[in-house]
Amino acid sequence: MTPPAERVTTRTAKQPFTFIGCVELRQGLDRRAQDERELMDLLEEVPAGSVFYHTHGYFLRHRPLTTAYGNDFATWVAVQVRDQVLAERLAIVNPFEFRTLEELRDELVTTVHDHLTHLSSVPRVEFGEPFYFQQSHIVEVPLGTGATTLAEFRDGLAEVDSSAIYFHMVEARARLGRRSGDFAEWILTSIGLPQLAERIERIDAYMTSLERVRARVLSLVDQVLEEERA
Amino acid sequence: MIDDYRRVAPPGVVDTILKLSERVQGRRLLFLSGGRFGGGSAEILRPLVPLMTDLGTEATWEITGGDPGFYGTTEALSAALEGAERVLPDEALDHYVEMNRINAKKLRLDADLVLVHDVAPATLVSERTDAGRWVWRCHLDCSSPQRRAWSFFRGFVNQYDAAVFSLPKFAPRLNIPSYMIHASIDPLSEKNRDLTPREVSTLLHSLRVAQDKPLLVQIGPFSRAADPLGVVNAYRLVKKHYAVRLVLAGTAGDDRESLEVLADLREAAQHDEDIVVLELPPDAHLQINALQRAATIVLSKFVRAGFGLGAAEAMWKGKPVIGGFTGGLPQQIVYDVTGYTVHSVEGAAFRIRHLLNNPELIARMGAAGREHVRRSFLITRHLTDYLALLIHLVH
Repeated sequence: MTPPAERVTTRTAKQPFTFIGCVELRQGLDRRAQDERELMDLLEEVPAGSVFYHTHGYFLRHRPLTTAYGNDFATWVAVQVRDQVLAERLAIVNPFEFRTLEELRDELVTTVHDHLTHLSSVPRVEFGEPFYFQQSHIVEVPLGTGATTLAEFRDGLAEVDSSAIYFHMVEARARLGRRSGDFAEWILTSIGLPQLAERIERIDAYMTSLERVRARVLSLVDQVLEEERA
Repeated sequence: MIDDYRRVAPPGVVDTILKLSERVQGRRLLFLSGGRFGGGSAEILRPLVPLMTDLGTEATWEITGGDPGFYGTTEALSAALEGAERVLPDEALDHYVEMNRINAKKLRLDADLVLVHDVAPATLVSERTDAGRWVWRCHLDCSSPQRRAWSFFRGFVNQYDAAVFSLPKFAPRLNIPSYMIHASIDPLSEKNRDLTPREVSTLLHSLRVAQDKPLLVQIGPFSRAADPLGVVNAYRLVKKHYAVRLVLAGTAGDDRESLEVLADLREAAQHDEDIVVLELPPDAHLQINALQRAATIVLSKFVRAGFGLGAAEAMWKGKPVIGGFTGGLPQQIVYDVTGYTVHSVEGAAFRIRHLLNNPELIARMGAAGREHVRRSFLITRHLTDYLALLIHLVH
């Protein structure tokens, strides 16, 4: 006789999920660009951590307010250089689509290069500020006691500092090599819900706020919990 | 004490701070500055040091003392590091260094992390022992220092393990790592705590500021850098279309420039009863709080500025801010979301009119500004940054 299916709400994880928040310590790199060619040249030579900081890191720094451009390079070109064409082309580069930071760097460099080949002069800052390259050191902060069921995970996620959403959905994927993101990975391997894991993995974190990502994950988890209750 | 901030900080932030602090329990943290009173670093350290203690670190705050010659030199050196032309004789610089040698003998300088604020205590680094890490916390804009001042000072800065600046553009070239930490406001201080409408009215009444018209308010020094005369000209362009009142409030210095600017403003106010010039004492925190809360729009139309926190203070009170494109203002004001940065008198007038024409924008930008400050410019964010710095450098 087949044993009755275990309920999702009571299923206990093999490993508890510990939410990890993070604090970003920013470091200046003493590299600054006054025009788009300098931006391109410096983009080629700065550490990969700087490319990460100015692309993925944008979402940690713009938690409550998303602006029109999804990374620091596009924002600088639009606001300081006032070159809307390159700004649009850089803004569409979705950092989450690249497997490595080097691939992302290549895309950004070739985008600027291609833009410059069609211009007779290099657009530069006239009234604005230079682009200052920076990088960041992430200090991890384990929060809470750990969730062992999907319901506990849901409650923890609803309350946790939004830097934890960034850490598990962005930092884990882009810098720590955990491609699915920590939420999807735990739900797949510890709770055993592949469909929910896949839906969470597919959430588009680009050009949105961490709070919206939190709301999206919560809504997907709630759907599963409510389906079972029904 | 840290729990008092739960009601104002973003959700989860106080818990993050408490968790971070578990890693630095008992660590000795020494803050050194030139004084305990006034604005700038002292205004930030007054609430920050007790909070650090409350979190379980052994935090202390010491100040350097000296004679009038010492203070004169530190003032001139600070101005020269910000690019102003100052005469700095060798004897004055030697005296400054010697005074700090004497200060070093009186102070206990061993700590896990020593954070030295600005110029007055900066040369104490020469007296450091091998223990602990030393960080120079610079609140100045050192991007274009006077060459002679910088060649003297740079040698001391490079003896530190790291430096911290408020913005990348304020940092000069150094041989040590430079970290970036924005300044912050204390939302529970007299200058920023909630006030009831009645308290606001009473305080404005005591300042003789009538509330019968929309108020445009600029708080700032009576200096050319703060451009209060430019604000008067912007107001005049707005006044053609709107009945508004302009309030210019600040603390006057006893220098010639300050007296000249104040005299010009009083002259302008004499011919227009809707221009109110208020000379406030340095401790008029509640009055500033009330003026910002009573404002319809807050101006920070500086033409030169350090990081400053006037815009953050006003945004915390739910006000849209129109600020000059200088110093830390573009960092604090999210263009078209929490206010506008402008480059001219005409730009300021245009944006004031734009907001007065669209009152729903005033409310929307005010609300966005408060949330922006809640995330980015409260002392809780500053605490997490310092704890992260301590963990990063000491662990």
